[in-house]
Amino acid sequence: MRLNLRVWRQKDLADKGRMVDYSVEDASEDMSFLELIDVLNEKLILQGEDPVAFDHDCREGICGACSMVIDGQPHGPQKATTTCQLHVRQFSDGDTITVEPFRAGAFPVIKDLVVDRNAFDKIIQAGGYISANTGSAPEAHSTPVPKAAADRSFAAANCIGCGACVAACPNGSASLFLGAKLTHLGEMPQGQPERYDRVVNMVETHDDAGFGGCTNTGACATACPKEIPLDVISQLNKDYLAATVRGKRRKA
Amino acid sequence: MHWTAADLSSALRVVATQVSTKGAAGKPSTPKPPAARRPLLPAVLLKFVIAASSVLLVLYLVVHMLGNLQIFFGPENIDGYAVWIRTILAPLLGNEGFVWVIRIVLTLAVVGHIWAATLLALRAKKARPVKYAAGNKVKGSYTTRTMRWGGVIVLLFIIYHILDLTTGTLNPNGEHLAVWDNVHADFAPDRWYVTIWYVVALLAIFFHLRHGLWSATQTFGWSSNRREPILKAIATAFSGLLVLGFLIVPISVTFGWI
Repeated sequence: MRLNLRVWRQKDLADKGRMVDYSVEDASEDMSFLELIDVLNEKLILQGEDPVAFDHDCREGICGACSMVIDGQPHGPQKATTTCQLHVRQFSDGDTITVEPFRAGAFPVIKDLVVDRNAFDKIIQAGGYISANTGSAPEAHSTPVPKAAADRSFAAANCIGCGACVAACPNGSASLFLGAKLTHLGEMPQGQPERYDRVVNMVETHDDAGFGGCTNTGACATACPKEIPLDVISQLNKDYLAATVRGKRRKA
Repeated sequence: MHWTAADLSSALRVVATQVSTKGAAGKPSTPKPPAARRPLLPAVLLKFVIAASSVLLVLYLVVHMLGNLQIFFGPENIDGYAVWIRTILAPLLGNEGFVWVIRIVLTLAVVGHIWAATLLALRAKKARPVKYAAGNKVKGSYTTRTMRWGGVIVLLFIIYHILDLTTGTLNPNGEHLAVWDNVHADFAPDRWYVTIWYVVALLAIFFHLRHGLWSATQTFGWSSNRREPILKAIATAFSGLLVLGFLIVPISVTFGWI
């Protein structure tokens, strides 16, 4: 099948960038979207042109490396699917597909479709950890976790940190990512010692990075390839209120 | 997580700067640095300001709507009600004192609400300097998308409404405390356009409240996956009833039912 691609090309951080039209004549419907760009790149390399740079790693939907906004939707039109797991059969012959990088001030474009997501690593450094002795694994039954808490924590831990929530949010907020990390650790007994410092530090780092503020539009949860539920943001708000207004934070 | 991103991006950045100095001859290119200073208030707190002020405003709307319904019990009732609310706590605050306390509190709430929403809107603009060429296709419901401009319509309506039925400036009758006559002059059948304007503005309030009420529960951390559908249904029903309670007055006057 034949597909027309409108791809964002940007040489480097400083370049202004532009949309460039390409067409792929020999696309197979069994290709993943990343393979479609691989095919395009092979063609570009043969023509002596610069291939389209894009992030990818595992190509099985669990690493969070792939990004791209396809036709205005992060990770494309299919629900709960990362770009690497999106197949060309989701499109029809002759379609024109617009491919852009994730757009956020906190995610500067490095080249073409590759954005710098270091801001997420900084947020994790600010609180996405627990203090536990390493070495021998403790006896599992020594720390009971209620089933509901375990399930909720696990659902939040599905977050692969890809940044689709930021890309979809009309405010450019990373609150779903924040909420996912806070809920993931906050539902576990092991996450309690740092719980209220964690929320304040992570929220501060989030705002410092230049992400916008949440206004509960819910676009993040719709776009999330891992279906992180919107209520993790409710949890974030609740913990933040408890930490600041109710003074549960250990150090002020 | 992309743990190798730090190394990769710094390596790429070196290459990128070299390319850019060569390529951008004569045209100085300045890549925007990420947010230089910490915002004074965390966005989460701004959202609390919006939610807390909205609680006051919604409580006021409920009392206002119930007060309006006095008009169905005749002219003496509604005019008497207008006099009565001015005498509440009169020994303590003087005549009209209570009304002024309410007005000041409401003004503060409205100012705080708009101030926080404006800051968030400005931050949103800064957080996405480059827009999507294909548009952002992940859209929330109609109500979430119209919160900002819908809010502006509601503000314009409130200003008009105060000039119309509080100060009487824009009211054809415009006599202080003559509520029955003012309302009847205002929504007379030949002034149908005023009634339509009120209906449109109240629909805007309905949409604003429908999202806003649930949004406040999310902001306070009360919403959860399990409760979200119930809370949203309650928000819709509540805003619907509230707005119907308001709408019934101008419509009844225009159609001559009272």
